[in-house]
Amino acid sequence: MEGQSILLKNPVSHTLWRRIVRHKSIYLVASFSFIYFIIFKYVPIWNAQIAFRDFQALEGVTGSPWIGFKNFSDFVNSYYFWELIRNTVFYSLGKMLFSVPAAVFLAVALYECRVFWLRKTVQTMAYLPHFLSWVIMYAILLAILSPSNGILNDFIKVFGGEPISFMTDTKAFPWIVILSDTWKETGWSAIIFLAALMGIDPCLFEAAAVEGASAWQRVRYITLPAIKPVIVVVVLLKLGTVLDAGFNQIFMLYSLPVYSVADIIDTWIYRQGILEFRFGLATAVGLFKGVFGLLLLVGSNKLIKRYTGNGLY
Amino acid sequence: MTSTIKLTRSDRVFHIFIDAALALILALLIIPIWSTLTLSFQPNDFIGSALDGMILPPWKWSTAAYKALLGHRSFLSAAGNSFRIFFEGVITALFFTVPLAYALSIKTLPGRKLLYGIVLVPYLFNPGLVPNYLLVTKLSLTNTLAAVFLPGAVSVYNTLIMKSFFEELPEELKESARIDGASELTVLLKIILPLSKPILLTIGLYYGVHFWNDFFNAMLYINDAKLQPLPILLRNILLSSGMNEYVEANAFGEAPIYAIKAASVFLAAIPMLVAYPFIQRYFVKGTMLGSIKG
Repeated sequence: MEGQSILLKNPVSHTLWRRIVRHKSIYLVASFSFIYFIIFKYVPIWNAQIAFRDFQALEGVTGSPWIGFKNFSDFVNSYYFWELIRNTVFYSLGKMLFSVPAAVFLAVALYECRVFWLRKTVQTMAYLPHFLSWVIMYAILLAILSPSNGILNDFIKVFGGEPISFMTDTKAFPWIVILSDTWKETGWSAIIFLAALMGIDPCLFEAAAVEGASAWQRVRYITLPAIKPVIVVVVLLKLGTVLDAGFNQIFMLYSLPVYSVADIIDTWIYRQGILEFRFGLATAVGLFKGVFGLLLLVGSNKLIKRYTGNGLY
Repeated sequence: MTSTIKLTRSDRVFHIFIDAALALILALLIIPIWSTLTLSFQPNDFIGSALDGMILPPWKWSTAAYKALLGHRSFLSAAGNSFRIFFEGVITALFFTVPLAYALSIKTLPGRKLLYGIVLVPYLFNPGLVPNYLLVTKLSLTNTLAAVFLPGAVSVYNTLIMKSFFEELPEELKESARIDGASELTVLLKIILPLSKPILLTIGLYYGVHFWNDFFNAMLYINDAKLQPLPILLRNILLSSGMNEYVEANAFGEAPIYAIKAASVFLAAIPMLVAYPFIQRYFVKGTMLGSIKG
């Protein structure tokens, strides 16, 4: 009662209190999500402290002895450290280098296409692979690349060559990863560019037509400049997640013969942590990735904010 | 309108170039899918390469691989598990995502900034695989279907897309309901949700596809063969060579193993392929909204 009288005297907290009461049902329904976040998002952050401990399953997270940065120094000083970093960055940048230009090209081509059925069919077929899992993608890749039944090897055989086991070839594997990702995601990535193209003021095209600009010039001087900001944002976003090189894809496609060119930070964490039970070490590497990922994401968001005036969050 | 304007030669070349490029892209998209599809229909006694199989007339196709899979107990149980994961997962995900997104969209909600911060931190900082693994095992979720969808039941990205959709809805609608004495929860249930069909379908589909496709959580947390979802079974079939346990047990003996492999992925993709055309118009709308608002 005393608290209430204070609230009544103070107009600011009075309206605050009324606003809280008015939204009480919202607090109630959102509290489930809140509890979910605490359990499923914040407890793992708490668990991450085992990166600094010599984790013993019986002792649990807080019972295991502290060992400082030993897990981190073990990782940084190991011979696979640079290999993992190199592979991870290579795949992220490689995919970006292929998928961004491909998506821009697809979006512009769809935007300029006057043949209705062609545009609709390509659009539908191009979005579709985004919804296929990498397990399914693996089967499709087998149908193309398998030495015994793959159509690519059939071609090679037709021309008198020896079939190649592409999936276990260290030279071919990086290309398979990058090109299969391009095949799967280009259509989906094009949506954001198409959205930007839809926003172009038609007056610009009318003016260009009056001035006698050719279609090529229209693309060069109106369409591409109009989506340039979106391209910059997409590239910055991808740079912000450069340490995520696509775990599901690599995990599904790789095998022992190609580990040296295929292993990325995430696949390594899985093998060390889950298969070898080196929880502390794997967590340390995960934490290393998480911290750098955070810095990259915040950095790229800063650049996006400076460039467009709008951040992601 | 364009036909009345006489196209110059360079413009005609431009359009031929665009159409040819799109036709090429279409071929590149279709050929891999077609080659997998025809592989799945290859008869046991087929002689010739996979290339020959691609032009085999449909009346010579064999459905033995599909019959073998659909008649097999482990395939049906895996499909059942996947459907359960899909529906239970989507409902759980929307149950957690919708109120959160709505709360974040109310500008006057006291504590909104704090809630936003709580949501954003895990988005920016991911503690990694092992800390999550420890949590799920600690909660005794291993060997439950919930282990597949609960850890990913709220995606911050999806929540932010939904939040920006709610923010776009006209404020007057909510105001008029409030003046009529509706509580905030009534506003959400009676005014907001009926208007949010596109975004609910879009986000529901995102979650659903994610849960349907997930093999990693299932691999981590499900050892019980009876609880295996489709992606795990597919993975086992795909990674098995001719000497695998499936063939040894003569489980799928009627059809060649490569046809079984190809057929299994099509069966697993069918629910996605059937739902896809219906939801396509919604997700394009929803995604565009998300991408413009950022």
